[in-house]
Amino acid sequence: MTGSKAGPMLEIDRLAKRYGDTVAVADVSFGIEKGEFIALMGPSGCGKTTTLRMIAGLDTPSGGEIRLWGRRINEDAPWEREAPLVWQHYALFPFLSVAKNVEFGLKQRGLPAAERRRKAMEWMERLGIAGFAERGVDQLSGGQRQRVALARALALEPEMLLLDEPLSALDPHLRVRMQSELVRLHRELGITFVCVTHSHSEAFAMADRVVIMSEGRVQQIGAPREIYRRAANRFVAEFVGGNNLFSGTAAAAGEGLLRVEGPFGTALAPRPADVALREGGEVTLVVAADRIDLGAARSGAGNEIEAKVVTLEFVGSSVTVFLETAGGAELRIQRSLRQIENTPLSPGDAVIARWPQDEGFFLPA
Amino acid sequence: MSANLLRRAALIAWTALVFAFIFAPIVSTVVFSFNADRFPSLPWAGFSLRWYEAIFADASIQRGLTNSLIVAGATSVLATFLGFAAAYVDYRYRFVGKIAYTALVALPPTVPVVILGVAMLTFEGRVGLSGTLTGVTVGHVVLAAPFAMALVRMRLADLDPDIEGASANLGATPWRTMTGVVIPFCLPAILASLFLTAAVSFDEFMIAWFVSGVNETLPVRVLAMLQGQVSPRINAIGAIVFIVSMTLVVLAQILIGRLLGRRSKEA
Repeated sequence: MTGSKAGPMLEIDRLAKRYGDTVAVADVSFGIEKGEFIALMGPSGCGKTTTLRMIAGLDTPSGGEIRLWGRRINEDAPWEREAPLVWQHYALFPFLSVAKNVEFGLKQRGLPAAERRRKAMEWMERLGIAGFAERGVDQLSGGQRQRVALARALALEPEMLLLDEPLSALDPHLRVRMQSELVRLHRELGITFVCVTHSHSEAFAMADRVVIMSEGRVQQIGAPREIYRRAANRFVAEFVGGNNLFSGTAAAAGEGLLRVEGPFGTALAPRPADVALREGGEVTLVVAADRIDLGAARSGAGNEIEAKVVTLEFVGSSVTVFLETAGGAELRIQRSLRQIENTPLSPGDAVIARWPQDEGFFLPA
Repeated sequence: MSANLLRRAALIAWTALVFAFIFAPIVSTVVFSFNADRFPSLPWAGFSLRWYEAIFADASIQRGLTNSLIVAGATSVLATFLGFAAAYVDYRYRFVGKIAYTALVALPPTVPVVILGVAMLTFEGRVGLSGTLTGVTVGHVVLAAPFAMALVRMRLADLDPDIEGASANLGATPWRTMTGVVIPFCLPAILASLFLTAAVSFDEFMIAWFVSGVNETLPVRVLAMLQGQVSPRINAIGAIVFIVSMTLVVLAQILIGRLLGRRSKEA
């Protein structure tokens, strides 16, 4: 039962999980390569955590198959698997010291006391918690507990680490630090990370590939950039944020182009080859907020829409400008703080929103 | 300010009075157990250990004490085991009729002990357990197990529901999770339960009176003695029983206090 080492390390094949009449996971398939950082992302209740729990063996699939190196592992007990999980609320053993927590898994594997002590120490040092080795876990801060949870899982030296919302219980300033630390750990260890998150900024910042889920199904799988620039459907386009969705009626417009008319105005975009969009039918054009430029007057190039500034939202060094067209459609445009400082805007200003035709794309009908 | 002080003083005095009222009989029992005179009356006739000497010389009292200690020991272990198991089932599983299940487990202390005693006698008479220490122990386990369950349940309510999954995920079999995670976590409650159920059994009279037959426990022996004559030896026995029970209950209370203290600190 060794299985072939070719093909993906872990295969999720038509996986399903039902609790009575409730469907947690409807039909999920994807593969994970060795050493990949995969993020399972979606709103709460989309089935991402259930999928992770099934990989760990904590939930039993109602249908489909999970294969590790080609071998079906559906029936393997959780304690027989090598897929340690970092829990959302850490799930540390409250009556054990930090060191004993980290040693726990090694003890289950029958390592002699001296050996597991040494190994645990190694990982505690690596994660910067060696100074707390003898403390009880209830004396630690959230960030320190997170490190204990990581050390406890990594001490097993697994080929795959599972993380359930690893950053959600942390303070915002710790979150960013831990995020880069996870990325660094992943790069250094070279093992597979499977991380569940509801935050697209986390998923896109850390993962090699993102699996976007909704209502128990996969909506899109791809590299973060790919998903950002080419959402596969309306759910993804809205969920990842930072997109403008313009609905309107399609009309032919020259070689390889399609014209859309709607409350936002009129725009041109490349006619998609793989989607049967009818002329005269309803279509949705997607344009990323950071691809739209602002100007004071028409230049005659690309798509240009007249609008009025409604409000500006400042988040760190980036600014979202909300506009409204004469037809009542809303536009959002991402600018840097510097750009806004160079050309100040205030609510009520009339502006021209402008983007090249090939920056827009149509959602599949 | 002074009215406030007065009110405060009155409240303290009132509380002291209530405690005095409750503890006066117990204190007088202990005091007169050391009285040289055979009648519990003032003035005190002088300090003496003769009643203690008398009870330690009395074979029937010694037998009663031994029986009580055996029954209390066995009851505390069995009741705590069953109580733990019942509490764990309640914590771990969701099933139809769970409310009925927990109500049923908690029921025995609400049944009047006379009824429980008669029922035990009838039932144990049929299965051949009446008149044996095993029979008394069975009766006491029924009575004491709900207390054990309540204590362990209180502790388990603080156990993170992910902990068992975390243990399995790190390679622990269900048995190792039970012995290495769940039981160590519940240990303070288990110890408190051992003491408390032992105290319940050690003090229990009614069931033991119905079931024990010739194998009298100490409380049953005391009543038998009272029916014959009122002897100051009763005071000496009373003092000993009081010390044993109080020790067990205080130990249990200290452990329970720690459990609750930790909980309020975490909350």
